[in-house]
Amino acid sequence: MIENHLSLLLVVLPLLAAPIVAVLPNGRLPWAVSTLVSWSVFYLAAWQLMNVNTGNVISYELGGWAPPWGIEYRIDAANALVALIVSGIAALTLPYALKSVIKEIPQQQHALFYAAFMLCLTGLLGIAQTGDIFNLFVFLEISSLSSYALISLGKKRQALTAAYQYLIMGTIGATFFIIGVGLLYAMTGTLNMADLAQRLPELYEHRTIHTAFAFIMVGFALKLALFPLHVWLPNAYTYAPTVVTIFLAATATKVAVYVMLRMVFTVFSFTFIESTPADELFLLLCVMGILGMSFYAIYQKDSKRLLAYSSVAQIGYMMLGIGLGSVLGATATLVHLFNHALMKGALFMAIGALVYRVGSSRLEHFSGLGKQMPWTFAAIVIGGLSLIGVPGTAGFISKWYLVLAAIEQQNWLIVGVILIGSLLAVIYVWKIVEVLYFKATGEMEQHNTAVKEAPLMMLIPMWVLVLANVYFGFNTELTVGTAQQAVQLLIPGVNK
Amino acid sequence: MDMILGHYNYWMVIIIMMAGFYTVISRGNLVKKIVGLNIFQVSVFLLYISIGNVKDGATPIIEKGVDLYSNPLPHVLILTAIVVGVATTALGLALVVRIKEAYGTIEEDDIHNQDQSL
Amino acid sequence: MKHNLILRVVSKFLIPLIILFALYVQFHGDFGPGGGFQAGVIFSAAIILYGLVFGLDKAKRVITPYVLRLLASLGVLIYAGTGAATILLGGNFLQYGVLASSQLAGQHLGILVIELGVGMTVMSVMLIIFFTFAERGQAVLNSKIESERE
Repeated sequence: MIENHLSLLLVVLPLLAAPIVAVLPNGRLPWAVSTLVSWSVFYLAAWQLMNVNTGNVISYELGGWAPPWGIEYRIDAANALVALIVSGIAALTLPYALKSVIKEIPQQQHALFYAAFMLCLTGLLGIAQTGDIFNLFVFLEISSLSSYALISLGKKRQALTAAYQYLIMGTIGATFFIIGVGLLYAMTGTLNMADLAQRLPELYEHRTIHTAFAFIMVGFALKLALFPLHVWLPNAYTYAPTVVTIFLAATATKVAVYVMLRMVFTVFSFTFIESTPADELFLLLCVMGILGMSFYAIYQKDSKRLLAYSSVAQIGYMMLGIGLGSVLGATATLVHLFNHALMKGALFMAIGALVYRVGSSRLEHFSGLGKQMPWTFAAIVIGGLSLIGVPGTAGFISKWYLVLAAIEQQNWLIVGVILIGSLLAVIYVWKIVEVLYFKATGEMEQHNTAVKEAPLMMLIPMWVLVLANVYFGFNTELTVGTAQQAVQLLIPGVNK
Repeated sequence: MDMILGHYNYWMVIIIMMAGFYTVISRGNLVKKIVGLNIFQVSVFLLYISIGNVKDGATPIIEKGVDLYSNPLPHVLILTAIVVGVATTALGLALVVRIKEAYGTIEEDDIHNQDQSL
Repeated sequence: MKHNLILRVVSKFLIPLIILFALYVQFHGDFGPGGGFQAGVIFSAAIILYGLVFGLDKAKRVITPYVLRLLASLGVLIYAGTGAATILLGGNFLQYGVLASSQLAGQHLGILVIELGVGMTVMSVMLIIFFTFAERGQAVLNSKIESERE
């Protein structure tokens, strides 16, 4: 029976957990319940991926109303892959959260913190699962509202302004999105994505459709922090509590990239995109984003902010695949989406462990910690190598596919940008490594010599992700295989 | 002329939308920004509700002798969007209250200066 | 707030009517315009009015914040629980038809229960928002008065 309702339970389980967690007494109980739920959701997501990996499409009708009238959850390999990465990161973040949350968040807010976390998970999984474009907006707002609240829980007062800034920009983005959806609905009379895809082609000439497309793209570009609409992201990631940064960095923008893929390739088609200036614009913004934000990252003095700028640059890579608009490009986007979640998850967890011991995320406070915390240091090195894209790590696979996609179109500029971007990544990763290992402990940080290795509860999830980075650098069956499956369904008419 | 009068609902929506959007962008006061955001959202509600109207259609409640109804779906969608809007406003205002307590001001420039001077 | 006789009398007269109207909107929602969202807001308006006229502390004695938190959670649980019940009875999530013997009766029952959950959550969340904001202001005000006294 569970198998029939798999795709729904993925969303409903965390939704059910949220109110229960909210009324539990503060202490370990809320954490235990959320961890249990996130692990069962991960299990369900893996099960779901197994079911659709063969090329099946699962359709679940909410309330038994047949699509396109009712809300439909339509699961293919792309959804399942995104749901797997979201739930996987949640399942790893929560064990890590226990100690970090106790240290960073006041005791009386623990139950509410985990409730908001569960709501955020509900929203992100909902976005991944749903096949209804308005339902997607509702889930988007569920995840956004809870992430604003989560970010504002940061210790410093700048967390409040960061959350406020994100709230304003996020809401504008979401509102742009529903304007676009409204226009699409006015033209086609349907909200189901698959149905939209069938009805839109005959209206491609219509100006309203172009307007709707523009609104949806700008709205989601805001949500996924595409350069130059990224200004909310560095602040939000820097000042949010560590656990929230890990979770959001590894999942929130990835889900938005997935929606972009879905919109560009399924709802609209790439032939439509080519008739608009959108594809060239994407490429231009991505190139500027990759180069500009990598440079920015080099000059940061705060480790979390450094990684946040690097995230904006990495989002540029993901959008490059969409801008190239080929099968290889879309595959590269999906693979990089998965791999980037792994590497940023691992890196932010490692930084989080340093913050846990030192109490600050500024680079200068980390000097000499590499010797005291060898496991955390090693995690940063491997995660960093993956971020750069060294062969043998997951990052290499996705960059490889991206370069292939660019070469396929003879777009040497893009190839060059990807390579320069990787070189810049070497510099900013080196900056962290240098401080950690090669800088002597200064006078300011004398107490660093007394710092011990991070607790085991943090090391284990961190190393699971680190090892996943290495594993997916060699075994690409899950990532590339699924992505190729997904792209076949994403782009109708592709038979390879 | 027909372009203007025939589509008056869209013109209204555009005017309200731009008024709200401009307020969000131009004002430095955090509460005014949220007011602007609300106006911006309301314009979208109007857009949806006005496209749901069917010419000569009755209120969508089943009654004998009526067979042309307005489309109720946009109303339902917007009910959801309104609830989302309320939640956003409440959260935004709550953040403003916290910012006021932490910084002693709700002017963007002052907050920026305080953060810079640290 | 000691005098304001008219306000007190009028609101005492109005509050039951508002609550009655909220209940009408709640339970007539499946036949006419209405439903949980609207009813919840109207219901909370009655208590907010009470709080405005008679003071926050008295309003909190009517419904304590802890009860509100429970109610808000319970509402969501009723909603999701109905969905779970329809799954257990062999339907899809929120397929109300399976709840009762006939399709029509099931639809009626389902939507009533769902809207009850929605109404509860909306009512309590609106009140939580009101109480939280009002309380915060009062705390600041009290501390100001204290500091002025010193």
